[in-house]
Amino acid sequence: MSSSPRRCAPARGSAPILAVILAATVVVGAAVLVPAAHAAAPGSYGIGTTPTEAEIAGWSIAVPPSGANLPPGHGSVSQGSDLFGTVCAVCHGAFGEGVADYPRLAGGVGSLATVAPAETVGSYWPYATTLFDFINRAMPFYAPHSLTPDQVYALTAFILNLNGIVPDGFVADAQTVPAVKMPNRDGFIWKDPRPLTHDTECMTKCVDPASLRITSTAKGDHLTPRTTGPVDDMKAKHP
Amino acid sequence: MTQEAAGTEEGSGAPAMASRRRLLRTGVVAGGAMLAASARAASPPDDPMWSRTLGPGVADRPYGQPSQYEKDAIRRYVPWLTQSTQSDVSFTPLQDQPGILTANGFFYERYHSGRPSVDPAQHRLLIHGLVDRPLLLSMDQLQRFPSVARIHFLECAANGGPEWPAAQLNSLQFTHGMVGCAEWVGVPLSTLLGEVGVKKEGKWVLVEGADGAHMDRSLPIEKCLDDCLVVWGQNGEALRPEQGFPLRLIVPGWQGNVSVKWLRRIEVGATPWYTREETGKYTELLPSGKALGFTWVNEAKSVLTFPCPEKPLTSGAGFYELRGLAWSGRGKIRQVDVSTDGGVSYTRAALQEPVLTKALTRFTLPWRWDGKPVLLQSRATDETGYVQPGIAELRKVMGTGSVYLNNSIQTWQVLADGSVNNVQLS
Ligand code: HEC
Repeated sequence: MSSSPRRCAPARGSAPILAVILAATVVVGAAVLVPAAHAAAPGSYGIGTTPTEAEIAGWSIAVPPSGANLPPGHGSVSQGSDLFGTVCAVCHGAFGEGVADYPRLAGGVGSLATVAPAETVGSYWPYATTLFDFINRAMPFYAPHSLTPDQVYALTAFILNLNGIVPDGFVADAQTVPAVKMPNRDGFIWKDPRPLTHDTECMTKCVDPASLRITSTAKGDHLTPRTTGPVDDMKAKHP
Repeated sequence: MTQEAAGTEEGSGAPAMASRRRLLRTGVVAGGAMLAASARAASPPDDPMWSRTLGPGVADRPYGQPSQYEKDAIRRYVPWLTQSTQSDVSFTPLQDQPGILTANGFFYERYHSGRPSVDPAQHRLLIHGLVDRPLLLSMDQLQRFPSVARIHFLECAANGGPEWPAAQLNSLQFTHGMVGCAEWVGVPLSTLLGEVGVKKEGKWVLVEGADGAHMDRSLPIEKCLDDCLVVWGQNGEALRPEQGFPLRLIVPGWQGNVSVKWLRRIEVGATPWYTREETGKYTELLPSGKALGFTWVNEAKSVLTFPCPEKPLTSGAGFYELRGLAWSGRGKIRQVDVSTDGGVSYTRAALQEPVLTKALTRFTLPWRWDGKPVLLQSRATDETGYVQPGIAELRKVMGTGSVYLNNSIQTWQVLADGSVNNVQLS
């Protein structure tokens, strides 16, 4: 269904229909009350309220690559460095190297086509705006969406600098963040090429039995948690 | 004596306790005779203890629970996958799911900031952006729109991810359990978008959750107007908090992450947002160094749920029914073929009704096991004619370092003792 034809037909257009239906209601009681969903003009159900500009602005935190919707404010690499050390390094490491299995935030540039690729913010993410957006909405992990715009700008600047993408003097703001060119900016194919395989429904002699080999088995591994008894936290096996 | 023998274990109310005390007193008197009786099998000619006892009454467990003998049938997780259970996944016990619907208590979980506890009275859905008439809805208001009920599966794009390099997890639950299927009840997203009136430039839709992650994804408008649902009902009750109570999106046939839970905001825009979850994650790095993005569809897949590592063949050679589940994000399952010789030859399995679009589909095949080792496989074909591939073939395109998009044929190796292992073939 297309979205455009309905948009210039406000409630007025459907008023006669509603009137007929309301009239019919008197006669047949709880029969069909409103037009089918797909035929409805905007606002024809008349349910809900119109949000205020402030209500919309408060929840509209998503920042696209254009940088539209970035808030006023700014933050420098050195301000970000201080903040990162006190708020983020406990999980992500002082240099973004990642503590335990918490995500590593730096390094790996140039590794994507190797046998040991490291997909980090610096090596893999195509847009710097996503870094601002994600820190703002989800970090620090234990207190999401608790930082001020200046703090998020500073942390964005610091993490970009950790990855060698911006110089030490970089100040992040609504103009500079969207202008950053990430190393992997052009590394994505945004059109799904699948299906990747084109098998047939072979029923007999599909493979040569003589060539059939078991290449790996999970039998006897130490990776599988128990599937009986209480939930296995594997504490004994992985101290 | 055991409580089971007295048949009162499942009751938790006072009467059950009282009868247990009485039985314990009797036990002191009857002594050894009682013990002998309780140890005896419940098979004929004996009448078992639970047939000679008054059980607990109605509503002693106002919200029902599974049998005490089903304690193993629970969600489980793989502790070494992530650092924190608040950004982690638990797996559906598919080995204990008899049909196409996944019990709400079994349904796999995936959180990025833990599970929020959302008050439905305070929850709001905001719809805005490139629309004629932005809208703010309470749950009461939302539930007044015309509603539908649909059965669809949800599968995480990373289901089977640990199996990319090699057979790693010796379990159906852990190799395939990031999938579930439920009846969802709610409003078509197209109805809500019709109510706000999408402007001509509105080509993409951002959906966002009320969890700490503020989980957000971009979806093309065509899919939103096609079959997406904004739901509050799941398998006969309200959504579980694990599944997004009080409100979530269902994007049928697409990777679970886009079916945003705790849904609170829908923004219409002209271009995608390229959120962290569609750039840094849920994209697929290929051996070439290039990555695939916006690979939303769950391709056709199937797996034998009996036998499997958790449910071996326990009674020796003879008749068994091979059973499994198949699904495709592109529509209905057309057929499933089963092999007992590692994919040299296949036999067509029977599909069980209902065969629904973008839903789990049950298949069965009668089978006589000769007691010798065998390699069992199932292979699904969907209504587009797409045939589920083998892992070796898929690796030629995807490499071994992948995380997502593993829809390969599963091989279960049955040994002469009836035990079952996860193996991969050349
Ligand atoms: C308590 C541990 C913890 C702290 C403190 C923390 N983080 Fe995180 N961070 C995480 C976890 C866990 C994830 C992965 C979340 C997920 O799976 O969605 C993450 C993910 C990230 C990511 C995305 C990484 C990727 O490759 O996808 C960035 C960027 C980030 N954090 C930045 C920060 C910043 C900046 C701070 C300080 C304000 C911070 N984090 C504080 C635990 C933490």
